[in-house]
Amino acid sequence: MGKRGRMSQEVNAGSMADIAFLLLIFFLVTTTIASDKGIMNILPPKQDPNEPPPEVDLNERNIFKISINLNDQYFIEDEVRQNIDGLSDEVKRFILNFGNPDEDAVALFNSLPPSLRGMAEQSPESSDHPMSGGAVISIKTNRGTSYEKYLEVLDLVKKAYFEIYGERVGLSGEEYRALTGQSAAEKELMDRGKENIPMAISIAEPDKIGN
Amino acid sequence: MSKFKKKTKAETNIPTSALPDIIFMLLFFFMVTTVLREQEILVEQKIPQATQLQKIQKKTLISYLYVGQPKNTSLYGTEPRIQANDVLINTSDIVLWVNQQKDALSEAERDQIWISLKADRDVKMGPISDIQFELREADARKLMYASVGKVENN
Repeated sequence: MGKRGRMSQEVNAGSMADIAFLLLIFFLVTTTIASDKGIMNILPPKQDPNEPPPEVDLNERNIFKISINLNDQYFIEDEVRQNIDGLSDEVKRFILNFGNPDEDAVALFNSLPPSLRGMAEQSPESSDHPMSGGAVISIKTNRGTSYEKYLEVLDLVKKAYFEIYGERVGLSGEEYRALTGQSAAEKELMDRGKENIPMAISIAEPDKIGN
Repeated sequence: MSKFKKKTKAETNIPTSALPDIIFMLLFFFMVTTVLREQEILVEQKIPQATQLQKIQKKTLISYLYVGQPKNTSLYGTEPRIQANDVLINTSDIVLWVNQQKDALSEAERDQIWISLKADRDVKMGPISDIQFELREADARKLMYASVGKVENN
């Protein structure tokens, strides 16, 4: 007994690293880091078949029309485009045009930071004001349009809104987007960012016919 | 030359006794983050890229719809199909599926359900809009177009 006790009692841990490596490689291979990320979109409520869709009386100038046809060509405000570089800025300028603001919209305008106020061109051909019933972004596709192109456009429009929201509360668009609204302070920031400027993105029913 | 020789005499062994600990740490990280996929994806999944991504905090609220060309084209054809859970379904089955998913949630969370649409980038807008129409019918209006991050180049 005595002799045995004096012998080294240590477990040989040299191969521990090998075992750990093996397990590590297994998990490395099987893992798919969950990507629960995406572009959020709230669909409109379902239509009552007995009731015709509500006629929204919007002036032509209050709608920013983006359409993508069967061949993935862009038509932005009835103009053919080869690419959509700078679309996000155009959308921003459209939203913040303040062409014909009413009293509430003037109050909203005055509450905006100077950088956003500077974007107001007050062009009579563009949107009246960004409040509800004002500027609407309409995205129309064809049934043959590829999903990727549609998402690309939606992405840019969302970017414009997030940048406006962020700028109102002194954040970048990126930072605003990362807000989760879980703490009261974050929720307050989020509410303040989008107050009176609803994300008015209208996704039209796609065309069925070619072209 | 003799100058260099002197230096080489120094002990150059890197202590490796902490190696298992490091490996274990990595191992635990991957064990925790890993989600073993319990269902086989039957359709092509090349998730499109986008920049304005947002994350849903409560993962239990998310239900997934996979859309894309079937991998087994000889069995299911080449037209884009919808996969829910582990079967391919038709557009008309979506309402039923949504209601099943809602039933699995608690009463209070039922109207907060998010649908994550994992569509292949080659899918056309036709099937997508059909799905959107059905989701509106099923009153599951919170839709997320699943996409992966893209590096912005501006």
